[in-house]
Amino acid sequence: MAYHKFDVVIVGSGGAGLMAAMQLPNASIAVISKVYPTRSHTGAAQGGVAAALGNQEEDHWQWHMYDTVKGGDYLVDQDAAEVLAQEAIDAVYELEHWGLPFNRTDDGRIDQRRFGGHTRNFGEGPVRRSCYAADRTGHMILQTMYQTAIKNQVRFFNEFFLTDLLISDGRCAGVVAYSIRDGEVHTFHAKAVVFATGGYGRAWSITSNALACTGDGMAVAYRRGIPLEDMEFYQFHPTGIYRVGVLLSEAARGEGAYLLNNEGERFMQRYTPTLAELAPRDIVSRCIVTEIREGRGIAGTGEDTTDYVYLDVRHLGEQKIREKLPDITDFARTYLRIEPITEPVPIQPTAHYAMGGIPTDLEGQVIVDENRTPLVGFYAAGECACVSVHGANRLGTNSLVDLIVFGRRAGKHIAKQLATNDLDFAPLPKDPESATRDAIERLHSNTGETEGPIREEMRTVMMKLCGVMRTAAGLKECQAKIAELQERYRNVRVTDPSTTFNTELMEVLELGNLLDCAEATVAGALAREESRGGHFREDFPDRDDANFLKHTLAYRDDEGGVKALRYKPVTITEFQPKERKY
Amino acid sequence: MATATRVTEADRDTQTVTLTVRIKRTQPDEGIVGKWQEFRVEASPLDRFLDVLNKIKWTQDGTLTYRRSCAHGVCGSDAMRINGHNRLACKILVADLGTKISAEPMLGYPVIRDLVVDMDPFFAKYEKIKPYLINDEPPPATERLQSPAQRERYDQGTKCILCGACTGSCPSVWANREWVGPHSIVNAHRFIFDSRDRGASERLQILADRTGVWRCRTIFNCAEVCPRGIPVTELIEDVKRAIVYGSPDVPTD
Ligand SMILES: Cc1cc2nc3c(=O)[nH]c(=O)nc-3n(C[C@H](O)[C@H](O)[C@H](O)COP(=O)(O)OP(=O)(O)OC[C@H]3O[C@@H](n4cnc5c(N)ncnc54)[C@H](O)[C@@H]3O)c2cc1C
Ligand code: SF4
Ligand code: FES
Repeated sequence: MAYHKFDVVIVGSGGAGLMAAMQLPNASIAVISKVYPTRSHTGAAQGGVAAALGNQEEDHWQWHMYDTVKGGDYLVDQDAAEVLAQEAIDAVYELEHWGLPFNRTDDGRIDQRRFGGHTRNFGEGPVRRSCYAADRTGHMILQTMYQTAIKNQVRFFNEFFLTDLLISDGRCAGVVAYSIRDGEVHTFHAKAVVFATGGYGRAWSITSNALACTGDGMAVAYRRGIPLEDMEFYQFHPTGIYRVGVLLSEAARGEGAYLLNNEGERFMQRYTPTLAELAPRDIVSRCIVTEIREGRGIAGTGEDTTDYVYLDVRHLGEQKIREKLPDITDFARTYLRIEPITEPVPIQPTAHYAMGGIPTDLEGQVIVDENRTPLVGFYAAGECACVSVHGANRLGTNSLVDLIVFGRRAGKHIAKQLATNDLDFAPLPKDPESATRDAIERLHSNTGETEGPIREEMRTVMMKLCGVMRTAAGLKECQAKIAELQERYRNVRVTDPSTTFNTELMEVLELGNLLDCAEATVAGALAREESRGGHFREDFPDRDDANFLKHTLAYRDDEGGVKALRYKPVTITEFQPKERKY
Repeated sequence: MATATRVTEADRDTQTVTLTVRIKRTQPDEGIVGKWQEFRVEASPLDRFLDVLNKIKWTQDGTLTYRRSCAHGVCGSDAMRINGHNRLACKILVADLGTKISAEPMLGYPVIRDLVVDMDPFFAKYEKIKPYLINDEPPPATERLQSPAQRERYDQGTKCILCGACTGSCPSVWANREWVGPHSIVNAHRFIFDSRDRGASERLQILADRTGVWRCRTIFNCAEVCPRGIPVTELIEDVKRAIVYGSPDVPTD
């Protein structure tokens, strides 16, 4: 057994984890990551990071707050949205001071551009709020933070896989992780633990998410009795590359791209005449699925998970396409062999972002119930967490803000608690590694099937029945299927016995995590008999504030399956819920 | 790169081809080092080579080992030698590779298992050139100003995803593993030519050393393989010039 003792252990080295790490110069810290830090999925973000700097035109954080609340279909906790919008400004400057190569205005300030849902003066018209670094803002955030972490001599445990969360005496005592390189199990004893493990898009067959986005942190917490909040709110981005799921950024529609059905019609004009293609992501995704179901997909099959529509940029002209949309042209050429200058690009909605996750308070402390009781010493930030600033639907460029604002708050809160001696080592539970060792041993000695079919069946059923549009009957079928897959998973077998870089074992552990996340998602979706933001029920197409203006908390049964769904009120301060109209 | 035949998404399913994939395997537990193994696998011309590896792993041999994450060429996990050239497995399609494909770990790195190499020395070299902004002047309350021209000056180096393809294709690296390698110089360039940075002289000193830029023989392999299209050799030449002139030519406004 390998034992380590640190003041703080941070799991995840994407934007959220590294931002937290940077706040702790005086503590002994370890950052654990299953991939090299620069491989984290934050690097894939293209569009930008929102902050009301007002460099290009008048802007105020209150406007940003309003857009966030409205975009989230009023399920946003408004105290959190206030913090987000206010602190975004300072956090962006901090990144700039660390060297982040933002694009610049002529007078040398950070350049800003428009992005869907961000408006001036409480919805009057679009505003330039997104700070960006070419079409690789996430890449630059990740690189800059990693570089600053090197400067600050942060200690990394790379290619270590989180397997368990240690809780004793009602406090967090540390984590257990598996070293992929040599198969050794390590115990990390810590005064505070931060989960920053990212999303779980891999639960769906078409996704923009990396293969590593498997909801590990969420699932580990969930299995240790911590609820998962609002998991039914999952964002489908309308423009994923057909079949591959790789994202074609909203920038295309921002520049004027059309969406076309098989009649060559710009169908969005029919659904949202004023905004057309620029309507929010959840709405555009639903319109695409409706077109396909009504036989107006390009192949005309009516099958919404296998048909597609066109994203057309031809009318923008070669020069604009080359200058403004290099990523889109590059991805379309590379993965579809399509030349967007002369041909329309096949796209379909792609599973993109988890609004839900591990519930936290404004300081990033994980809370375990509707009374907001914190689990002392346990923090979460970034996509794996739910604070909740995104409510039922996240605005573009608001995730990167979430990472830097709440990653920073978590780090700062821990620093403060350490300075005042309010955090200490909880005793380790007896035999802390036993659960991990048992699980791994079982996977090696099991005699059932291998993981491949279980994973593919999960991804297919989630896409089909727990995707852009949902019904009670579909969700029940999905729930039964996930339960069946969970059952089969209990017997799943790892064929590779090696302790050296056993990626099959990693994938099987990841599959278990995905199944747990999927289970909570489906349960929340089935119980929520309304439509709000990213959660759309065909059988309950309207928002129902009287019954559902509340956050879901899904608790797991020790024997597996969802034990209970409980509900937590939404914090409303400034903006009373109104119909979300665009 | 092979000029590709035109394939559209519509014929993707109908056109499956049978591939013969040869993979150079290293399985330390079994004492296997660098042994070629052949797999036959059905694939579509539009499959990424990474999809092919996944298919082998998920349906034929769970022990096949490689790194991957983003699957669209932005995270730098899956650089490997495919048909003799370093590439990202997720950024090259079957249609570009033909029906006989070989895959092996990148040269110049210690092999851990199959296609997975030890990247620790690579990152240690990166760290050596101080890849972070050096500037002790207290920052202003808002941003430090930088003109678009100043920003453009170091743009190329900011694209690097630290995949290691350049360094693994460099004969100077193969000959001398102490050499910092093109990736370190690319990232040094990114800071040396940043108008906000004050650490140019420290870095230029490190790179003027015998393990520094002068080992580059301008062979251009690095620039050819870089999946981000960074003109690596040009950046190295830029740094050489800065050493000769004693300071980098950074636009003053
Ligand atoms: C294609 C794409 C484009 C996007 N564009 C934008 C955009 O323009 N603007 C915006 O605001 N948002 C964007 N997003 C969303 C945003 O990028 C992500 O939500 C965000 O980067 C998540 O960051 P994170 O720090 O929470 O997690 P990640 O960056 O995903 O990092 C997770 C970390 O946890 C580690 N980890 C996970 N599991 C384990 C385990 N079991 N053991 C050890 N370590 C583990 C990983 O190694 C990794 O380091 C985009 C997302 C995608 C997919
Ligand atoms: S310079 Fe190019 S090839 Fe080299 S590590 Fe960076 S991205 Fe990879
Ligand atoms: S898997 Fe990320 S670059 Fe290929």
